[in-house]
Amino acid sequence: MNEHLIEVQDLTKVYGMGAAAVHALDGVNLTIHEGEFVAIMGPSGSGKSTLMNILGCLDRPTEGQYWLGGEDVSKLNKAQLAGIRNRQIGFVFQSYNLLPRSTAIKNVMLPLLYGRRERRSASERETLARQALEAVGLGDRTDHRPNEMSGGEQQRVAIARALVNEPLLIMADEPTGNLDTSSSQEIVDILCELHERGRTIVMITHEPGLGAQSQRIVNLLDGRVVDGEEG
Amino acid sequence: MNLWQTIQVAWEGIAINKVRSFLTMLGIIIGVAAVIIMMGVSAGTEATIADQIAGLGSNLIMVSRGFGGGEHGGRGFETEGLNYEDALAIGEHVSGINGVVAEQIASSQIVRVDSATIETDVIGAMPDFPEVRGVELADGRFFSQQDLDRKAKVAVLGYSTAQELFGDADPIGQSITAGSVRLTVVGVMDEKGLVGQTDYDQRVYVPLTVAFDRFSFSRRFGDRVMTIYVQAESQDTIESAITQIDALLRRRHDLTAMDEADFTIYTQEDIIETQEATTAAFRSLLAWVAGVSLLVGGIGIMNIMLVSVTERTREIGIRQAVGAAPSDIRLQFLVEALVLSLVGGLIGVAVGVGGSWLFGQTSDMRTVVVLNSILLAFGSAAGVGIFFGFYPANRASQLDPIEALRHE
Repeated sequence: MNEHLIEVQDLTKVYGMGAAAVHALDGVNLTIHEGEFVAIMGPSGSGKSTLMNILGCLDRPTEGQYWLGGEDVSKLNKAQLAGIRNRQIGFVFQSYNLLPRSTAIKNVMLPLLYGRRERRSASERETLARQALEAVGLGDRTDHRPNEMSGGEQQRVAIARALVNEPLLIMADEPTGNLDTSSSQEIVDILCELHERGRTIVMITHEPGLGAQSQRIVNLLDGRVVDGEEG
Repeated sequence: MNLWQTIQVAWEGIAINKVRSFLTMLGIIIGVAAVIIMMGVSAGTEATIADQIAGLGSNLIMVSRGFGGGEHGGRGFETEGLNYEDALAIGEHVSGINGVVAEQIASSQIVRVDSATIETDVIGAMPDFPEVRGVELADGRFFSQQDLDRKAKVAVLGYSTAQELFGDADPIGQSITAGSVRLTVVGVMDEKGLVGQTDYDQRVYVPLTVAFDRFSFSRRFGDRVMTIYVQAESQDTIESAITQIDALLRRRHDLTAMDEADFTIYTQEDIIETQEATTAAFRSLLAWVAGVSLLVGGIGIMNIMLVSVTERTREIGIRQAVGAAPSDIRLQFLVEALVLSLVGGLIGVAVGVGGSWLFGQTSDMRTVVVLNSILLAFGSAAGVGIFFGFYPANRASQLDPIEALRHE
């Protein structure tokens, strides 16, 4: 299983109990290789957000296994999951989710503050954050706060934050959902560029045009993968 | 995240809502300041009383008639009580003592000289008075036992009394008229000032026997006296002197060892102990007041922290998404509550110390800032912060990251 970055078997997520139980995911199998750019698509209610939450280690499956980088993460507790998120996953959300009162560079430094394995000095953190901001073309806006930036710029800060800890996986949840067309393209270009440089990217979207720019499309319907299970 | 970073984050959280944070701290500020000021006043009062008790003289044994402190005692003047002869007998028979003074307030009298008239207390006293009561003689002499035996019409003036009657002139050898009695001034006492409610400088002292004979107030009571002051030679002889005095007075008053005494013997230490019992009760009351105000302050902190957690749910979600563990979130909010209460505590200490000083400056009360009260108040504030901060912090740490990220 080690050849896959992500290996998911019979993943089930049930909300509620008894007759009211809803199977958001109903036996999902999925493998993603290192360096892939995968788009998870499907209509609303298909379970793609639930899958994204589990793949992003924000949630645990009801049943089934999830190996991330060879490690079974489906049974980890909250604190362990937090550690996985910190080291191995970078999130890009539809609504950016930046700390509104912190500057761009402070937002980007945030994952470095919660690092348990390696302790970085304040100057190291700042250098890494600055580099990440430069990588998304925001080297000159480090001291701006989110409300002083456009939506596209805010999303680029979020990408820099997702990159700063050198994660195995970048999870992008409708990354262009709040953006106009030109800003959207900017973001997609950055994601494609990251992919070319070897990053693994999992993107959730309902826009076919966006999905088309990925390497592989995984289609979800009613909690099951209907297409694109294997890479 | 290390502690310093956590403190910085907490401080930023507090600084965002300056007014709200200050209002939240106000409860702690008032609580801490109240503790320090009240303890300062109480310590100041104690110190004042201790000074006054010391001002009565040193190594004093006091013998009063009746119960519970002489003139205010239940039986008071109605009992036979103590008399001049008792005082003389103590002086003669009790060992280990420096002197004996029986005192009697003779009466309040109009005192005249050619140039001035004042009203002042005339006190009947005995020769050992200056030594036993710790009042120095400024000029001339105090009256002697001979003066008492002969009932010599002599007087010793208190410092202020001498000033008022004679100004800069030398009063020694001058005549004064107290009531209808002409007295010759033989001495002037040095300044002593107020001891308790008594102004030692505003007095005229006459031989006790003269007081008995010639001044109306004391004449009604024959040769009875209110209090006999005995000065022990040292701290070590107090105990044995008390035993001797008790035995002697019982013999003189025809009382067996089993009978209830018609006199009370007590020392300065006894007064201090009584005083301490009172202040201990006062202090425990203060502790309650302080505890309640800190409790209220703590509830205020808990309240605002709960509001803060709700308001910042999304921030919590973001932090969780980038890798903050429940313990990180808990620590962040706990430190925030702690910083609120400690800053409140610091301001409270400043207000308390300043307030104590101001209070001491602007009122008659003396205040002493006690280091213990600062530590106690500050420590309590910290404890309150941790105690009341824990529940909101724990609640924040248990938030589900998905829910928190969705929170608007």
